Amino acid sequence: MIAAILSLTLLGAVLGFGLGIAAKKFAVETDARVAEIAALMPGSNCGQCGFPGCAGAAAAIAEGSATVTVCPPGGKALAGALAAKLGISIDLSGVADAGPKIAAIAEEICIGCCRCVKECPTDAIVGAAKQIHAVMREACTGCGNCIDRCPTEAMKMEPVPVTLQHWVWPKPVVTEAEPSWA
Amino acid sequence: MGLIEKFFALLEPQHWGVHPDDHKRPAADAPLRSLPLPERLYIPLQQHIGAAARPIVLVGQSVLKGQLLAEAQGATSAAIHASTSGTVAAIGDVTAPHPSGLPFAAITLAADGDDRWADTGTAVDPFALPPPEVARRVAAAGVVGLGGATFPSALKLGLGLKAEIHTLIINGGECEPYLSCDDRLMRDFATETVDGIRIMLHATGAKQALVGIEDNKPEAIAAMTAAAQGYSEIAIRPVPARYPMGSEKHLFSELTGTEVPADGRTTDLGALVHNVGTAWAVHEALRNNRPLVERIVTVNGGAVARPGNIRVPVGALVEDVLAFVGLREEPARLVMGGPMMGSLLPHRRVPVVKGSSGILALTAVEAAGFDPGPCIRCSSCVRACPVGLLPLEMSARIANGDLDGAVAFGLKDCIACGCCSFVCPSRIPLVHYFNHAKGELAAQGRAQLRNEAAKRLVAARAERLERDAREKAEVAARRKAERAAAKAAEAARSAAASSEATT
Amino acid sequence: MISESASLAAAAPIASPHAHAGGRVSLVMLKVMAALAPATLFGFWLYGWPAIHLWLITVLFALLGEAFSLRVMGRRALPVLMDGSALLTGWLLALSLPPWAPWWIGATGGLFATIVAKQLFGGLGQNLFNPAMVARVALLISFPVAMTQWTAPLPLGSAGAPDFIHGLQITLGGLGAKSQLDAVSSATLLGHAKTELSRGLDLFHSLAGEHAPTLSPVGARAGSLGETSALLIAAGGIAMIFMGLISWHIPLAMLAAIAVPAAIGHAVDPARHLDAASHVLSGAAMLGAFFIATDYVTSPNTRTGQLVFGAGCGFLTWVIRTWGGYPEGVAFAVLLMNALTPAIDRLLKPRIYGRDRKGRPREPAP
Repeated sequence: MIAAILSLTLLGAVLGFGLGIAAKKFAVETDARVAEIAALMPGSNCGQCGFPGCAGAAAAIAEGSATVTVCPPGGKALAGALAAKLGISIDLSGVADAGPKIAAIAEEICIGCCRCVKECPTDAIVGAAKQIHAVMREACTGCGNCIDRCPTEAMKMEPVPVTLQHWVWPKPVVTEAEPSWA
Repeated sequence: MGLIEKFFALLEPQHWGVHPDDHKRPAADAPLRSLPLPERLYIPLQQHIGAAARPIVLVGQSVLKGQLLAEAQGATSAAIHASTSGTVAAIGDVTAPHPSGLPFAAITLAADGDDRWADTGTAVDPFALPPPEVARRVAAAGVVGLGGATFPSALKLGLGLKAEIHTLIINGGECEPYLSCDDRLMRDFATETVDGIRIMLHATGAKQALVGIEDNKPEAIAAMTAAAQGYSEIAIRPVPARYPMGSEKHLFSELTGTEVPADGRTTDLGALVHNVGTAWAVHEALRNNRPLVERIVTVNGGAVARPGNIRVPVGALVEDVLAFVGLREEPARLVMGGPMMGSLLPHRRVPVVKGSSGILALTAVEAAGFDPGPCIRCSSCVRACPVGLLPLEMSARIANGDLDGAVAFGLKDCIACGCCSFVCPSRIPLVHYFNHAKGELAAQGRAQLRNEAAKRLVAARAERLERDAREKAEVAARRKAERAAAKAAEAARSAAASSEATT
Repeated sequence: MISESASLAAAAPIASPHAHAGGRVSLVMLKVMAALAPATLFGFWLYGWPAIHLWLITVLFALLGEAFSLRVMGRRALPVLMDGSALLTGWLLALSLPPWAPWWIGATGGLFATIVAKQLFGGLGQNLFNPAMVARVALLISFPVAMTQWTAPLPLGSAGAPDFIHGLQITLGGLGAKSQLDAVSSATLLGHAKTELSRGLDLFHSLAGEHAPTLSPVGARAGSLGETSALLIAAGGIAMIFMGLISWHIPLAMLAAIAVPAAIGHAVDPARHLDAASHVLSGAAMLGAFFIATDYVTSPNTRTGQLVFGAGCGFLTWVIRTWGGYPEGVAFAVLLMNALTPAIDRLLKPRIYGRDRKGRPREPAP
């Protein structure tokens, strides 16, 4: 009886001590996933998600207060990558993915005010005062921050056209088959 | 090969591939015909792997057959020439011969009916030219790989010079069922093809050429053997008929007995693979100064009234070709290329391009439908796969959205030959799954690159803003200092003046 | 301009290949059933009407179980039933039952096979274990007496063979009706040897007796409904190999892995070990090797894996027969190897072109 009590006490003490050391030694001060998630995010800090920048959104996703579908510019691809990173499964077919969009300027109504140029997080808009501005397609992340800044509504978001080079085979649709004997 | 490898090889001999009904005859035996010149040709600017060619003609301009319409643009590209004489009617989008049905840019040519050749200069002896000059002329003629991959041939020849090629492998396998354009070419133009092979040997510096021809084409083997007589450096090598024997790596293995390492090329092993049609195009380019403006296309399938091989100018519509051979019934499916790897055509108003080996009008009976049932793990696909993959495992993972899992099973080694879908008793569209996954992965890769580029731009902007602010602050500080200095000087001066005044 | 915006392709582009070899799951199942037919018909003839009734009941309840599961899941039953897999499962189970077993044995087994062993796992292609063998083992453990009541052959048309009505009484009435005919009860060779050995009687004495069961490759012996005729089963199996339905790897490996240890054991101690022929030709060895272990769903993908799998099935069968508590071990052996199949598949993948077995790119040959 005494032996059992002693041995169990000893065992508990040793294991508890081990756990305590492990907790100290392997302590993770910040959630390592935040940095990993932030690395996946577009990084343009456009604010469409409602969080303070991409790092804020990454922290929210890591602690679970935001869903992986929170980032509109990232779209389906990002949602899938985040879900894979977090080891969760989501049904991407429900995610409204209108396809990537980028900003375009209606040149006939652009007055060259430079407001959009200042707003753009990736410096994708070029133009000087009183000159017509232009969007560099390659640099635009489609965050849409410039739209509201334009006093003449010359800015609009346009879907990126699908080209032969970027077309992707859709996933096969599986419907229950009608088997036959032939 | 280690001992364990040998043991496994003994247990599982390489039974790769499938033996589909070849449906090659009677189309292969019908004499070669020429398509009557259509009124309009739609010549795409992108008929090759790489960047689209850049048009150098204007709408309304008159051009002659063989005249350069668009020049190569960038490192990997190919020139495009006029397939007949006439007027440039438009430069704009046409539907691509691609399952997506998306448009791509093309030059529309209104034929004048004369089919008059441009003066392309006088031919010189190609063997007197230095090899780089041969490659340059091949590039100028817009020759691309005619086996279907459409890689610019001149680049491949140049690669040969750089990589010290000792063997040229000429692919006359034509393992795709229904197709016989290479068969017909070797039968009718054996001398020209052999001459093209000799020019390519000269251009690459290779010592020997092995011409692999599937043994279901005895006439082509006989014609090529006769034409190659007297050239000891060219060997005609019949290979067993088995799909996909025409795959570059598999033909290489069949002829040399070694495997191309994964992620590598045949050039790493000193061999360069070219299609027989390419050899013919090289001959035309060097001996006759003729650019690649037409090709032999097999028109076949149960719905075709008079199947056979047709010489078609690049840019002719599938509609024109089908009208020429006649249709017995409304085809259930139109395919460009062979039935195993060819692509579904969205409709008939798509142009024939340099890489179009065949046009198939298949009946509902011929065209396989996919009404997939559950996988019964019969592993037919595993035995059929010429690469040694597990298609059933890959497709199951892709169906559940686990693309990384599919990659772990070797998705990137898949050559999309179609053997697995061909044999699957559950009719699972395996190749479709793999196409989808490869496309998704490529799109993810592009998105990743874009993300990284955006991040660099954001960082650059932050740095610029900081620099602007710093500079502004510096300027402000300097001004302040200057103002203070000026004030001090002023004060000093006024003090001096006042002291002067007081004294 | 010819961009008449492709309405055809925009709908759903079809990927290559645009040709098919022509096989279908239902066709595969049909061919397997055709290969099973000779041995089954022989069993019907050998054991008469009760066997036919039992077969019908088992198959019917297997189909009912499948249909019930599908309806519960809200799916249409008929298209799935048409693939033939449930019918084949019921059929194989029936062949492994004592021919004069009561109807509830077949009914319970059929339902168990399709509902528990197949549909609960996710249906065709998803089950880890062979459904027919799961059901057989479940029955054997739950109803050991009913599952080991063997009858001596009483061919149709012979004197004393039950007619249609009497056969129905035997099947529906169960043991009670059968006990009137105690003359027909018999033992199998494996069962007899095991029982006598456990009583301390060695094989020399137990097999010398007047009523001792003998070996009969043709199948005129006591045993399960469709397992007795080794010759007819082997013929069906070889036909399947020639039709390309199965490969020789699993059957050969399994039979060899039974025969070789059996021959060694017999040579070492003939008093305690039956010879190789008795092991291979009696019990479920033949049916197991050609029809049970070769089940696509529950066997490995590669040829090498199939050799390992078959050898494992065979060796375990011999081990269970020799040292286990049951006289027959094929069902247990197959189920144990089924559990190992995912591991075998993981370890013995085919070699990818241009790579070594570990998936690294090959070194270019010098």
